[in-house]
Amino acid sequence: MAIGVLALQGSFNEHIAALKRVGVKGEQIRKPEQLQNVSGLIIPGGESTTMAKLAEYHNLFPALREFVKMGKPVWGTCAGLIFLADKAIGQKTGGQELIGGLNCTVHRNFFGSQIQSFEAEISVPEIVAKEGGPPSFRGVFIRAPGILEVGPEVQVLAEVPVPSDKAAKSDPAVENVEENAASEQKVIVAVKQGNLLATAFHPELTADTRWHSYFLKMLSETNQEASSSTSLSSENLSFCEPPKYDLPIFQQ
Amino acid sequence: MAGSGVVTVYGNGAITETTKQSPFSVKVGLAQMLRGGVIMDVVTPEQARVAEEAGACAVMALERVPADIRAQGGVARMSDPQLIKEIKQAVTIPVMAKARIGHFVEAQILEAIGIDYVDESEVLTLADDENHINKHNFRIPFVCGCRNLGEALRRIREGAAMIRTKGEAGTGNIIEAVRHVRSVMGDIRVLRNMDDDEVFTFAKKLQAPYDLVMQTKQLGRLPVVHFAAGGVATPADAALMMQLGCDGVFVGSGVFKSGDPARRARAIVQAVTHYSDPEVLAEVSCGLGEAMVGINLNDDKVEREGFWYYKDYVLACQICSSLGVYIVHMHVSLVSESGNTTDDFKLPTDENLLNRIKNGFEEGKDLVVCAMGEEQICALKDIGPKN
Repeated sequence: MAIGVLALQGSFNEHIAALKRVGVKGEQIRKPEQLQNVSGLIIPGGESTTMAKLAEYHNLFPALREFVKMGKPVWGTCAGLIFLADKAIGQKTGGQELIGGLNCTVHRNFFGSQIQSFEAEISVPEIVAKEGGPPSFRGVFIRAPGILEVGPEVQVLAEVPVPSDKAAKSDPAVENVEENAASEQKVIVAVKQGNLLATAFHPELTADTRWHSYFLKMLSETNQEASSSTSLSSENLSFCEPPKYDLPIFQQ
Repeated sequence: MAGSGVVTVYGNGAITETTKQSPFSVKVGLAQMLRGGVIMDVVTPEQARVAEEAGACAVMALERVPADIRAQGGVARMSDPQLIKEIKQAVTIPVMAKARIGHFVEAQILEAIGIDYVDESEVLTLADDENHINKHNFRIPFVCGCRNLGEALRRIREGAAMIRTKGEAGTGNIIEAVRHVRSVMGDIRVLRNMDDDEVFTFAKKLQAPYDLVMQTKQLGRLPVVHFAAGGVATPADAALMMQLGCDGVFVGSGVFKSGDPARRARAIVQAVTHYSDPEVLAEVSCGLGEAMVGINLNDDKVEREGFWYYKDYVLACQICSSLGVYIVHMHVSLVSESGNTTDDFKLPTDENLLNRIKNGFEEGKDLVVCAMGEEQICALKDIGPKN
């Protein structure tokens, strides 16, 4: 059972390392045909505009949308969340293409630039119920997006309080959305909708593998048998790559 | 190293790190999100938008690209904050800016504007020839350049959250960047196979902190994200650096000094993603127009009119001063990497300049001398601390 990790840019190596820790092989996905060999997909953190451009160049969007429609599990972290959302605010001039499928509105760079990036302990009752372990999870938010509103069929898994200086700012672009009393103090940062999972933070940057095993359980829930064709050699003409060494997990 | 992959950096006692406000993990986190991407130098908001459209994962905001700094000379300082703010407003991707080495106030200003990364850059004129900025005092993360493993680890100990090669910025010539990457990777390969007991002496030789050297050995790689920089001008250059083991690429003058910047930028972005796929590389390299002209440091003609950058010049000077040999014969011998010497540079007749050169040798500084077509040294420039 191979899980694909979209390897256009960003923290795909970190996801593959985390998958290795839970005993699953991660396949790097750069071209549409490679999606046929995997039973689930992770869209890593990184720059969503860069990934969108690269996906456009190689005509990945139709294949990705097909993948989502087929009901195969997809997990988007940070930039991946933006890809999966139906609507995104705070886009660059000219906009960017999205895969869509997750009925929510996401705000890019919700918390601000790098100076506002932070770590926070978030409580995720759903994950704790399914995976056990400590009641809170170390959430690493790097120029993270925030989910402003969700549709009725979307299950909210985690929220964080909005930092006070952010709540004070009035952002004309989202004024009408912020009427929701609920989102004034807290912002949604993890959701699940059927076969789609999305987090605004980065579990792949931590030593906690519970999100990865939770995602793996989603695979078995949708009854995906090991894919019919063993992954064909996707090496093509690529040269023998030097062995990959992983970055450490940084923690205090 | 087997195990969970959790490595703690020990020996933090002496470092005043405000861990709650600015944990190192958050600083490195952004660098990890930039992996596999291209960071482009831009001087105007329009260029920033072109870069974002082409798929850059971040932009470096500057007043002048390195090629122009080389051409124009003078003192190169941090850019006008107003320009940086305008560039930040023009794009949604992370914005970086350069501060002079050792100039912690320029870094404070850049942190106050709210950009995402500070590059403590040797491309700008040195502000402190002995010390770098203590990057632990800042909430904003830093990227620093290195020529070898020892330098990289020293910068990391000072608090750098990301490392890049120094390369030869502004020349469009990849040779120095390749040299620096091979030096770092080569030392890491030696380190990986080394007996643990020998690491103490190796750390001494590298002039780097032992704990970081040991951490590097256990990880099998540099403990932070490692980008290539300096002289990348074509998609092939970018893919070369990725195949040599870098996590991503900085492109400076290479994009906007070329004939068709938007197209070249897109090609380089694709090359970094598909770095091990020659078919894609071939496709994106076609029809790109003119690359930046560049400077070939081995070119005879260039040498006479510009600045010499013989890496081993310092070595020759050190040997002279350590042997107690005074350069009395009005001759300077320059030794190049390949062992060729050129003896036709005369010392200047000007007293002042002569003394500066002699003092420079004694202090073991890196000096660059200028010989404007006369085969006699007529100016010199300090290119950086010996670290």
